[in-house]
Amino acid sequence: MSTVRFEAVTVTAPTLDGDVLILDRTDLTLTEPRIALIGANGSGKSTLARLVNGLVTATTGRVLVDGLDVAQEGREVRRRVGFVFTDPAAQLVMPTVLEDVALSLRRTHRDKAVRRTAALAMLAEFGLEELAARSVHSLSGGQRQLLALAGVLATGPDVLVADEPTTLLDLANSRRIGDLLLGLAQQLVLVTHDLELAARCDRVLVVDQGRVVHDGPAAGAVAHYRSTA
Amino acid sequence: MRGQLLGDHRPGTTWLHRLPAGTKLLGLLVVGIVVVAVRGPVSALGFLALALGLVAWSGMGIRLALAALRGILLVAALLAAWQAWQHGWGRAVEAVGDLLALVLLATVLTVTTPVDEVLDVITRVLQPLRRLGVNPEAVALAFSLAVRAIPTTIAIADETRDAALARGLERDPRARLTPLVIRVVAHARATGDALQARGIGDDER
Repeated sequence: MSTVRFEAVTVTAPTLDGDVLILDRTDLTLTEPRIALIGANGSGKSTLARLVNGLVTATTGRVLVDGLDVAQEGREVRRRVGFVFTDPAAQLVMPTVLEDVALSLRRTHRDKAVRRTAALAMLAEFGLEELAARSVHSLSGGQRQLLALAGVLATGPDVLVADEPTTLLDLANSRRIGDLLLGLAQQLVLVTHDLELAARCDRVLVVDQGRVVHDGPAAGAVAHYRSTA
Repeated sequence: MRGQLLGDHRPGTTWLHRLPAGTKLLGLLVVGIVVVAVRGPVSALGFLALALGLVAWSGMGIRLALAALRGILLVAALLAAWQAWQHGWGRAVEAVGDLLALVLLATVLTVTTPVDEVLDVITRVLQPLRRLGVNPEAVALAFSLAVRAIPTTIAIADETRDAALARGLERDPRARLTPLVIRVVAHARATGDALQARGIGDDER
Protein backbone atom coordinates (compact mmCIF):
# COMPACT_ATOMS: atom_id res chain seq x y z
CA MET A 1 0.00 0.00 0.00
CA SER A 2 1.04 3.58 -0.58
CA THR A 3 1.72 6.06 2.20
CA VAL A 4 -0.10 9.38 2.15
CA ARG A 5 1.26 11.91 4.62
CA PHE A 6 -0.23 15.23 5.66
CA GLU A 7 2.36 17.41 7.38
CA ALA A 8 0.93 20.43 9.20
CA VAL A 9 -1.52 21.02 6.36
CA THR A 10 -3.77 24.07 6.52
CA VAL A 11 -6.17 25.20 3.80
CA THR A 12 -7.77 28.62 3.72
CA ALA A 13 -9.97 30.24 1.08
CA PRO A 14 -10.05 33.97 0.36
CA THR A 15 -13.41 35.72 0.68
CA LEU A 16 -14.51 39.37 0.65
CA ASP A 17 -14.46 39.26 4.46
CA GLY A 18 -10.96 37.79 4.64
CA ASP A 19 -9.58 34.27 4.62
CA VAL A 20 -11.84 31.44 5.76
CA LEU A 21 -10.30 28.37 7.36
CA ILE A 22 -11.30 25.21 5.46
CA LEU A 23 -8.88 22.75 7.02
CA ASP A 24 -7.06 23.41 10.27
CA ARG A 25 -3.50 22.25 10.85
CA THR A 26 -3.65 18.54 10.09
CA ASP A 27 -1.03 15.83 10.53
CA LEU A 28 -1.91 12.38 9.23
CA THR A 29 -0.28 9.27 7.85
CA LEU A 30 -2.56 7.03 5.79
CA THR A 31 -1.30 3.53 5.06
CA GLU A 32 -4.39 1.33 5.45
CA PRO A 33 -6.00 -0.26 2.38
CA ARG A 34 -9.49 1.20 3.02
CA ILE A 35 -9.81 4.62 4.61
CA ALA A 36 -13.10 6.48 4.95
CA LEU A 37 -13.65 10.17 5.64
CA ILE A 38 -17.02 10.98 7.15
CA GLY A 39 -18.56 14.18 8.46
CA ALA A 40 -21.21 16.80 7.82
CA ASN A 41 -21.50 18.79 4.60
CA GLY A 42 -18.89 21.54 4.59
CA SER A 43 -16.81 19.87 7.30
CA GLY A 44 -13.67 19.78 5.14
CA LYS A 45 -13.57 16.08 4.25
CA SER A 46 -13.69 16.68 0.49
CA THR A 47 -10.91 19.25 0.81
CA LEU A 48 -8.86 16.67 2.70
CA ALA A 49 -9.44 14.16 -0.12
CA ARG A 50 -8.71 16.65 -2.91
CA LEU A 51 -5.37 17.50 -1.35
CA VAL A 52 -4.17 13.98 -2.08
CA ASN A 53 -3.83 14.52 -5.83
CA GLY A 54 -3.48 18.26 -5.95
CA LEU A 55 -7.00 19.34 -6.85
CA VAL A 56 -6.70 21.53 -3.75
CA THR A 57 -3.37 23.03 -2.77
CA ALA A 58 -2.32 23.32 0.86
CA THR A 59 -2.03 26.92 2.05
CA THR A 60 0.64 25.84 4.51
CA GLY A 61 2.28 22.48 5.14
CA ARG A 62 2.62 19.74 2.56
CA VAL A 63 1.06 16.50 1.36
CA LEU A 64 3.27 13.59 0.33
CA VAL A 65 2.30 10.47 -1.60
CA ASP A 66 4.98 7.82 -1.29
CA GLY A 67 7.41 10.61 -0.51
CA LEU A 68 6.41 12.73 -3.52
CA ASP A 69 5.33 16.27 -2.67
CA VAL A 70 1.95 16.84 -4.33
CA ALA A 71 2.66 20.55 -4.82
CA GLN A 72 6.08 19.97 -6.39
CA GLU A 73 5.56 16.71 -8.27
CA GLY A 74 1.90 16.85 -9.15
CA ARG A 75 2.28 15.10 -12.49
CA GLU A 76 3.94 12.05 -10.96
CA VAL A 77 1.48 12.03 -8.05
CA ARG A 78 -1.51 12.08 -10.39
CA ARG A 79 -0.13 9.02 -12.15
CA ARG A 80 -0.33 7.25 -8.82
CA VAL A 81 -3.54 8.73 -7.48
CA GLY A 82 -6.86 8.40 -9.30
CA PHE A 83 -9.90 10.46 -8.39
CA VAL A 84 -13.60 9.70 -8.73
CA PHE A 85 -16.04 12.59 -8.35
CA THR A 86 -19.55 12.69 -6.90
CA ASP A 87 -21.09 13.61 -10.25
CA PRO A 88 -19.65 11.43 -13.02
CA ALA A 89 -21.19 13.72 -15.66
CA ALA A 90 -18.43 16.22 -15.01
CA GLN A 91 -15.79 13.52 -15.24
CA LEU A 92 -16.84 12.06 -18.59
CA VAL A 93 -15.29 14.35 -21.17
CA MET A 94 -15.56 12.38 -24.41
CA PRO A 95 -18.71 11.75 -26.48
CA THR A 96 -18.86 7.97 -26.28
CA VAL A 97 -18.14 5.32 -23.65
CA LEU A 98 -15.21 3.76 -25.53
CA GLU A 99 -13.63 7.12 -26.38
CA ASP A 100 -13.75 8.25 -22.78
CA VAL A 101 -11.80 5.25 -21.51
CA ALA A 102 -9.46 5.49 -24.51
CA LEU A 103 -8.69 9.09 -23.54
CA SER A 104 -7.28 7.87 -20.23
CA LEU A 105 -5.03 5.50 -22.14
CA ARG A 106 -3.56 8.03 -24.59
CA ARG A 107 -0.54 8.57 -22.36
CA THR A 108 0.33 4.89 -21.98
CA HIS A 109 -0.91 3.44 -25.29
CA ARG A 110 0.27 5.51 -28.25
CA ASP A 111 -0.91 3.03 -30.85
CA LYS A 112 -4.57 3.58 -31.66
CA ALA A 113 -5.49 -0.09 -32.21
CA VAL A 114 -3.74 -1.19 -29.01
CA ARG A 115 -5.44 1.65 -27.13
CA ARG A 116 -8.84 0.62 -28.43
CA THR A 117 -8.27 -3.01 -27.44
CA ALA A 118 -7.14 -1.98 -23.96
CA ALA A 119 -10.13 0.31 -23.56
CA LEU A 120 -12.53 -2.46 -24.60
CA ALA A 121 -10.86 -4.82 -22.12
CA MET A 122 -11.30 -2.23 -19.38
CA LEU A 123 -14.96 -1.82 -20.27
CA ALA A 124 -15.40 -5.59 -20.20
CA GLU A 125 -14.03 -5.68 -16.65
CA PHE A 126 -16.84 -3.38 -15.61
CA GLY A 127 -19.54 -5.06 -17.70
CA LEU A 128 -19.77 -2.03 -19.99
CA GLU A 129 -18.44 -3.51 -23.24
CA GLU A 130 -21.88 -3.60 -24.86
CA LEU A 131 -22.22 0.14 -24.24
CA ALA A 132 -18.90 0.97 -25.93
CA ALA A 133 -20.47 2.90 -28.80
CA ARG A 134 -23.14 4.59 -26.70
CA SER A 135 -23.16 8.30 -25.98
CA VAL A 136 -22.18 9.11 -22.39
CA HIS A 137 -25.33 11.27 -22.32
CA SER A 138 -27.54 8.21 -22.68
CA LEU A 139 -26.14 6.27 -19.70
CA SER A 140 -27.93 5.81 -16.38
CA GLY A 141 -26.39 7.26 -13.23
CA GLY A 142 -24.98 3.90 -12.18
CA GLN A 143 -23.50 3.25 -15.62
CA ARG A 144 -21.94 6.73 -15.67
CA GLN A 145 -20.29 6.17 -12.29
CA LEU A 146 -19.04 2.77 -13.44
CA LEU A 147 -17.61 4.37 -16.57
CA ALA A 148 -15.97 7.15 -14.56
CA LEU A 149 -14.39 4.49 -12.37
CA ALA A 150 -13.24 2.50 -15.41
CA GLY A 151 -11.72 5.66 -16.92
CA VAL A 152 -9.74 6.35 -13.75
CA LEU A 153 -8.62 2.78 -13.13
CA ALA A 154 -7.50 2.47 -16.76
CA THR A 155 -4.56 4.68 -15.85
CA GLY A 156 -3.40 2.09 -13.28
CA PRO A 157 -3.28 4.22 -10.12
CA ASP A 158 -1.93 2.91 -6.80
CA VAL A 159 -4.38 4.99 -4.80
CA LEU A 160 -8.00 5.78 -5.59
CA VAL A 161 -9.68 8.78 -3.97
CA ALA A 162 -13.47 8.69 -4.27
CA ASP A 163 -15.44 11.79 -3.25
CA GLU A 164 -18.97 10.68 -2.35
CA PRO A 165 -19.19 8.33 -5.34
CA THR A 166 -22.55 6.86 -4.30
CA THR A 167 -24.38 10.02 -3.25
CA LEU A 168 -26.28 10.47 -6.54
CA LEU A 169 -27.09 6.77 -7.01
CA ASP A 170 -30.12 4.67 -6.14
CA LEU A 171 -29.83 1.93 -3.54
CA ALA A 172 -28.94 -0.91 -5.92
CA ASN A 173 -26.29 1.09 -7.80
CA SER A 174 -24.98 2.53 -4.54
CA ARG A 175 -24.39 -0.98 -3.21
CA ARG A 176 -22.88 -2.12 -6.50
CA ILE A 177 -20.40 0.77 -6.67
CA GLY A 178 -19.65 0.47 -2.96
CA ASP A 179 -18.89 -3.24 -3.23
CA LEU A 180 -16.75 -2.62 -6.29
CA LEU A 181 -14.72 0.12 -4.58
CA LEU A 182 -14.11 -1.93 -1.46
CA GLY A 183 -13.04 -4.89 -3.59
CA LEU A 184 -10.38 -3.01 -5.54
CA ALA A 185 -6.71 -3.84 -5.23
CA GLN A 186 -5.86 -0.14 -4.99
CA GLN A 187 -5.62 1.74 -1.73
CA LEU A 188 -8.93 3.54 -1.26
CA VAL A 189 -9.58 6.93 0.32
CA LEU A 190 -13.36 7.21 0.41
CA VAL A 191 -15.36 10.32 1.29
CA THR A 192 -18.88 9.20 2.09
CA HIS A 193 -22.12 9.86 3.91
CA ASP A 194 -22.93 6.16 3.71
CA LEU A 195 -22.08 4.96 7.20
CA GLU A 196 -22.63 1.30 6.26
CA LEU A 197 -19.94 1.70 3.61
CA ALA A 198 -17.65 3.55 6.01
CA ALA A 199 -18.12 0.80 8.59
CA ARG A 200 -16.54 -1.68 6.15
CA CYS A 201 -13.29 0.32 5.94
CA ASP A 202 -10.11 -0.36 7.92
CA ARG A 203 -9.84 3.14 9.28
CA VAL A 204 -12.35 5.96 9.54
CA LEU A 205 -11.65 9.64 10.10
CA VAL A 206 -14.43 11.90 11.34
CA VAL A 207 -14.02 15.47 10.10
CA ASP A 208 -15.80 18.38 11.72
CA GLN A 209 -15.31 22.10 11.08
CA GLY A 210 -11.98 21.59 9.35
CA ARG A 211 -10.52 19.23 11.94
CA VAL A 212 -10.14 15.48 12.23
CA VAL A 213 -12.00 14.95 15.50
CA HIS A 214 -11.88 11.16 15.58
CA ASP A 215 -9.52 8.72 13.91
CA GLY A 216 -9.56 4.99 14.39
CA PRO A 217 -11.23 1.68 13.60
CA ALA A 218 -14.58 1.92 11.80
CA ALA A 219 -16.90 0.84 14.60
CA GLY A 220 -15.70 3.47 17.08
CA ALA A 221 -15.50 6.26 14.51
CA VAL A 222 -18.97 5.66 13.10
CA ALA A 223 -20.38 5.46 16.63
CA HIS A 224 -18.63 8.74 17.46
CA TYR A 225 -20.10 10.42 14.39
CA ARG A 226 -23.58 9.11 15.12
CA SER A 227 -23.39 10.45 18.67
CA THR A 228 -22.34 13.92 17.56
CA ALA A 229 -24.28 14.40 14.31
CA MET B 1 -33.16 14.11 -28.57
CA ARG B 2 -31.73 16.83 -26.37
CA GLY B 3 -28.15 17.94 -26.53
CA GLN B 4 -27.29 16.17 -29.74
CA LEU B 5 -26.02 19.08 -31.87
CA LEU B 6 -23.28 17.64 -34.09
CA GLY B 7 -24.16 14.17 -32.80
CA ASP B 8 -21.95 11.46 -31.32
CA HIS B 9 -20.11 8.78 -33.22
CA ARG B 10 -22.35 5.93 -34.43
CA PRO B 11 -20.40 2.89 -35.63
CA GLY B 12 -21.32 1.74 -39.10
CA THR B 13 -20.05 0.14 -42.27
CA THR B 14 -20.92 2.77 -44.89
CA TRP B 15 -18.30 4.20 -47.23
CA LEU B 16 -18.42 7.39 -45.19
CA HIS B 17 -17.56 5.43 -42.04
CA ARG B 18 -14.60 3.78 -43.75
CA LEU B 19 -13.21 6.99 -45.22
CA PRO B 20 -10.10 8.18 -43.31
CA ALA B 21 -10.79 10.92 -40.75
CA GLY B 22 -8.22 13.21 -42.37
CA THR B 23 -9.96 12.97 -45.75
CA LYS B 24 -13.30 13.77 -44.17
CA LEU B 25 -11.90 16.76 -42.27
CA LEU B 26 -10.24 18.08 -45.43
CA GLY B 27 -13.44 17.51 -47.37
CA LEU B 28 -15.47 19.41 -44.78
CA LEU B 29 -12.98 22.27 -44.91
CA VAL B 30 -13.12 22.49 -48.72
CA VAL B 31 -16.91 22.15 -48.90
CA GLY B 32 -17.25 24.73 -46.12
CA ILE B 33 -15.21 27.25 -48.11
CA VAL B 34 -17.18 26.50 -51.29
CA VAL B 35 -20.52 26.83 -49.49
CA VAL B 36 -19.55 30.26 -48.18
CA ALA B 37 -17.90 31.40 -51.44
CA VAL B 38 -20.63 30.38 -53.89
CA ARG B 39 -23.50 32.87 -53.60
CA GLY B 40 -27.19 32.61 -54.37
CA PRO B 41 -30.27 30.78 -53.10
CA VAL B 42 -30.20 28.08 -55.77
CA SER B 43 -26.67 26.97 -54.86
CA ALA B 44 -27.57 27.10 -51.14
CA LEU B 45 -30.49 24.75 -51.75
CA GLY B 46 -28.15 22.55 -53.77
CA PHE B 47 -25.66 22.36 -50.88
CA LEU B 48 -28.51 21.58 -48.51
CA ALA B 49 -29.65 18.76 -50.83
CA LEU B 50 -26.06 17.46 -50.94
CA ALA B 51 -25.88 17.51 -47.14
CA LEU B 52 -29.21 15.69 -46.87
CA GLY B 53 -27.94 13.12 -49.35
CA LEU B 54 -24.87 12.49 -47.20
CA VAL B 55 -27.08 12.29 -44.11
CA ALA B 56 -29.09 9.55 -45.78
CA TRP B 57 -25.94 7.80 -47.03
CA SER B 58 -24.34 7.84 -43.58
CA GLY B 59 -27.32 5.95 -42.17
CA MET B 60 -27.61 8.37 -39.25
CA GLY B 61 -31.37 8.65 -39.69
CA ILE B 62 -33.75 11.55 -39.87
CA ARG B 63 -34.24 11.67 -36.06
CA LEU B 64 -30.57 12.38 -35.45
CA ALA B 65 -30.47 14.91 -38.29
CA LEU B 66 -33.44 16.76 -36.83
CA ALA B 67 -31.87 16.61 -33.37
CA ALA B 68 -28.70 18.14 -34.81
CA LEU B 69 -30.67 20.99 -36.37
CA ARG B 70 -32.89 21.55 -33.35
CA GLY B 71 -30.21 23.49 -31.53
CA ILE B 72 -29.87 26.09 -34.27
CA LEU B 73 -33.46 26.39 -35.45
CA LEU B 74 -34.04 29.56 -33.42
CA VAL B 75 -30.84 31.11 -34.79
CA ALA B 76 -31.84 30.06 -38.32
CA ALA B 77 -35.32 31.58 -37.93
CA LEU B 78 -33.92 34.88 -36.63
CA LEU B 79 -31.32 34.92 -39.39
CA ALA B 80 -33.96 34.26 -42.04
CA ALA B 81 -36.22 37.02 -40.69
CA TRP B 82 -33.36 39.53 -40.55
CA GLN B 83 -32.06 38.71 -44.03
CA ALA B 84 -35.56 38.73 -45.54
CA TRP B 85 -36.24 42.14 -43.96
CA GLN B 86 -32.89 43.63 -44.95
CA HIS B 87 -32.12 41.99 -48.28
CA GLY B 88 -35.11 39.99 -49.45
CA TRP B 89 -36.06 36.32 -49.50
CA GLY B 90 -33.25 35.29 -51.82
CA ARG B 91 -30.58 36.21 -49.26
CA ALA B 92 -32.64 34.64 -46.46
CA VAL B 93 -32.79 31.31 -48.30
CA GLU B 94 -29.07 31.51 -49.08
CA ALA B 95 -28.01 32.26 -45.50
CA VAL B 96 -30.24 29.67 -43.84
CA GLY B 97 -29.57 27.05 -46.52
CA ASP B 98 -25.81 27.46 -46.11
CA LEU B 99 -26.07 27.33 -42.33
CA LEU B 100 -28.19 24.17 -42.25
CA ALA B 101 -26.00 22.48 -44.88
CA LEU B 102 -22.82 23.18 -42.88
CA VAL B 103 -24.33 21.91 -39.62
CA LEU B 104 -25.55 18.74 -41.31
CA LEU B 105 -22.18 18.15 -42.99
CA ALA B 106 -20.38 18.62 -39.66
CA THR B 107 -22.85 16.21 -38.06
CA VAL B 108 -22.16 13.61 -40.75
CA LEU B 109 -18.46 13.94 -39.92
CA THR B 110 -18.92 13.49 -36.17
CA VAL B 111 -21.43 10.66 -36.55
CA THR B 112 -19.22 8.65 -38.92
CA THR B 113 -15.85 9.39 -37.27
CA PRO B 114 -14.64 8.46 -33.76
CA VAL B 115 -13.34 11.52 -31.90
CA ASP B 116 -10.17 9.57 -31.18
CA GLU B 117 -9.38 9.50 -34.93
CA VAL B 118 -10.09 13.22 -35.29
CA LEU B 119 -7.70 13.91 -32.40
CA ASP B 120 -5.01 11.85 -34.11
CA VAL B 121 -5.45 13.77 -37.37
CA ILE B 122 -5.30 17.17 -35.65
CA THR B 123 -2.24 16.11 -33.68
CA ARG B 124 -0.53 14.89 -36.87
CA VAL B 125 -1.42 17.96 -38.93
CA LEU B 126 -0.15 20.34 -36.25
CA GLN B 127 3.16 18.55 -35.70
CA PRO B 128 5.12 21.00 -37.93
CA LEU B 129 3.92 23.86 -35.73
CA ARG B 130 5.57 22.33 -32.67
CA ARG B 131 8.80 24.20 -33.47
CA LEU B 132 6.80 27.44 -33.26
CA GLY B 133 5.68 26.58 -29.74
CA VAL B 134 2.31 25.06 -30.65
CA ASN B 135 1.48 21.92 -28.67
CA PRO B 136 -0.49 19.62 -31.04
CA GLU B 137 -1.78 17.31 -28.28
CA ALA B 138 -3.10 20.25 -26.28
CA VAL B 139 -4.83 21.73 -29.35
CA ALA B 140 -6.39 18.36 -30.19
CA LEU B 141 -7.64 17.98 -26.62
CA ALA B 142 -9.09 21.51 -26.68
CA PHE B 143 -10.85 20.68 -29.95
CA SER B 144 -12.46 17.55 -28.53
CA LEU B 145 -13.53 19.38 -25.38
CA ALA B 146 -15.11 22.12 -27.49
CA VAL B 147 -17.11 19.54 -29.45
CA ARG B 148 -18.14 17.83 -26.20
CA ALA B 149 -19.12 21.20 -24.66
CA ILE B 150 -21.76 21.95 -27.31
CA PRO B 151 -24.31 19.27 -26.33
CA THR B 152 -23.53 19.82 -22.64
CA THR B 153 -24.22 23.55 -22.92
CA ILE B 154 -27.47 22.89 -24.79
CA ALA B 155 -28.53 20.42 -22.10
CA ILE B 156 -27.77 22.98 -19.38
CA ALA B 157 -29.73 25.63 -21.31
CA ASP B 158 -32.70 23.25 -21.55
CA GLU B 159 -32.59 22.53 -17.81
CA THR B 160 -32.26 26.22 -16.98
CA ARG B 161 -35.25 27.02 -19.19
CA ASP B 162 -37.31 24.29 -17.48
CA ALA B 163 -36.31 25.60 -14.05
CA ALA B 164 -37.39 29.13 -15.04
CA LEU B 165 -40.68 27.76 -16.38
CA ALA B 166 -41.29 25.84 -13.16
CA ARG B 167 -40.93 29.06 -11.17
CA GLY B 168 -43.12 31.05 -13.57
CA LEU B 169 -40.13 33.15 -14.65
CA GLU B 170 -40.04 32.15 -18.31
CA ARG B 171 -40.18 35.80 -19.44
CA ASP B 172 -37.40 36.93 -17.10
CA PRO B 173 -34.07 36.85 -19.02
CA ARG B 174 -32.13 36.98 -15.73
CA ALA B 175 -33.79 33.76 -14.55
CA ARG B 176 -32.59 32.02 -17.69
CA LEU B 177 -29.26 33.63 -18.45
CA THR B 178 -27.72 34.01 -14.97
CA PRO B 179 -27.98 30.33 -13.96
CA LEU B 180 -26.97 29.29 -17.47
CA VAL B 181 -23.74 31.29 -17.34
CA ILE B 182 -22.98 30.19 -13.77
CA ARG B 183 -23.62 26.51 -14.56
CA VAL B 184 -21.59 26.57 -17.78
CA VAL B 185 -18.64 28.14 -15.95
CA ALA B 186 -19.06 25.63 -13.09
CA HIS B 187 -19.13 22.78 -15.60
CA ALA B 188 -15.98 24.10 -17.26
CA ARG B 189 -14.25 24.19 -13.88
CA ALA B 190 -15.46 20.69 -13.02
CA THR B 191 -14.19 19.45 -16.38
CA GLY B 192 -10.84 21.06 -15.66
CA ASP B 193 -10.73 19.31 -12.28
CA ALA B 194 -11.65 16.00 -13.91
CA LEU B 195 -8.92 16.35 -16.53
CA GLN B 196 -6.38 17.27 -13.88
CA ALA B 197 -7.46 14.38 -11.68
CA ARG B 198 -7.04 11.94 -14.59
CA GLY B 199 -3.63 13.39 -15.38
CA ILE B 200 -4.87 14.36 -18.87
CA GLY B 201 -2.91 17.31 -20.15
CA ASP B 202 0.01 16.76 -17.79
CA ASP B 203 2.08 15.39 -20.65
CA GLU B 204 0.98 18.18 -22.97
CA ARG B 205 2.51 20.93 -20.80
